[in-house]
Amino acid sequence: MSNLERKLAAGEFVVTAELPVIDGGGQGEILRQLAPMRPFVDAFNATDNPSAHAHCSPLAVAIGLIQAGVEPVMQLACRDRNRLALEADLLGAAMHGIENICCLTGDDVTAGDEPETRRVFDIDGPQLIALARVLEGGRYLSGRSITPPPHYLIGAVENPGAPPYEYRVRRAAQKALAGARFLQLQICYHPELLERFMRVASDTGLSERLALIPSICILRTVGGMRFVATQVPGIDVPPETVARVENAGDAEVECFEIAYELACHALAQPGVAGLHFISFRRDAGIAKLCTRLGIPPRLERETNGYSASVAV
Amino acid sequence: MSDSSPARPPASARPHAPARAAALIARAEHAIKGPVWGCQMCGQCVLHSTGLTCPMNCPKTLRNGPCGGVRANGHCEVKPEMRCVWLKAYERSERMPGWRGHIDDLRPPVDNRLKGTSAWVNLITGRDRQLPAGWAAGADVEP
Repeated sequence: MSNLERKLAAGEFVVTAELPVIDGGGQGEILRQLAPMRPFVDAFNATDNPSAHAHCSPLAVAIGLIQAGVEPVMQLACRDRNRLALEADLLGAAMHGIENICCLTGDDVTAGDEPETRRVFDIDGPQLIALARVLEGGRYLSGRSITPPPHYLIGAVENPGAPPYEYRVRRAAQKALAGARFLQLQICYHPELLERFMRVASDTGLSERLALIPSICILRTVGGMRFVATQVPGIDVPPETVARVENAGDAEVECFEIAYELACHALAQPGVAGLHFISFRRDAGIAKLCTRLGIPPRLERETNGYSASVAV
Repeated sequence: MSDSSPARPPASARPHAPARAAALIARAEHAIKGPVWGCQMCGQCVLHSTGLTCPMNCPKTLRNGPCGGVRANGHCEVKPEMRCVWLKAYERSERMPGWRGHIDDLRPPVDNRLKGTSAWVNLITGRDRQLPAGWAAGADVEP
């Protein structure tokens, strides 16, 4: 059982973070990227060609994270692999002790820098969750047996900030039914939409059945804010938020303030099991934000306790 | 050559009557469902659970949408000029008298071998409900 699984089961507050993409530099680059945020984070996402841009594969990076002594969450997107390849990567992950997986449909190839690519989408995100459950049951999709069967902490994503807003919690429930145990929620610059999602999830009891982990993005520059606002599928940034950064004396300070405000708001919602951080800063932005939010480092949380409101 | 129609293949190479009938039904099905629902002839129709909205028109061909890329105006991530197929599916499914709520079912992966065949025939024969053995053994899966 992974540490993340144990913590979620015990209702302990979790901190996950996106490891910045790895291109060159090998294991040393993983260590360098980990260093500033390592003390605060329970598990690091090894991303799968985010925004349809090619980088080191999530399986390779997840293995690198284990070798670095930290726990990975291996993302798998349906955009680039058919079901055979997804099964192979899931089994390959299990072979290396990678249990935390995050199942995504994936941004379309047109969001990336190689839009001429053939998109796959042989199966979709909810089906990928169910496929991981099938493997856990000791069978490939074909029915061929796997002995001993792998074990996963199956996670997925959901976007509270994309229409149809009133359907998003039902889609999250569909993923829970398929086998998801946690959801990392997409970055949401509309606090009222996250609030609505968390309230409905809480009212319907969903947040007791799976751990809901809102994402907080720490940007650095006006360009970064404009990129997220215009280029990242499914993320809508209010014009006044973009203007706030554009008109600020120090864009980096303003970006940090926005992240802090959104994080405070997210923490105040019912049923929040933890936070997921995404930082485009090349410094200790995540550590700084955790400190300001009063979230203790991992070891301190494990020693003295720091509980979320729900156990899953 | 004694045969009056040399282009006609030998009887052994011609499809049998049931196959010819199935092909004919597939053409009829496409003639109806194509213009009405934009049917892509996946051969395993789920229109009843998607508010009579064909999910194969989603650029990602999602059977369980909508994805997280839907734009704030409700349009598609891939085709900005098009309204999200799954947004329409959700809205229409809420108005479906008989199958309301079926949109929440987990639809199984597409059987790519059925592409181009008649979903009507596959429904009658039960072929569209044949699932991979591993999937069928899993729980919570709507056939």
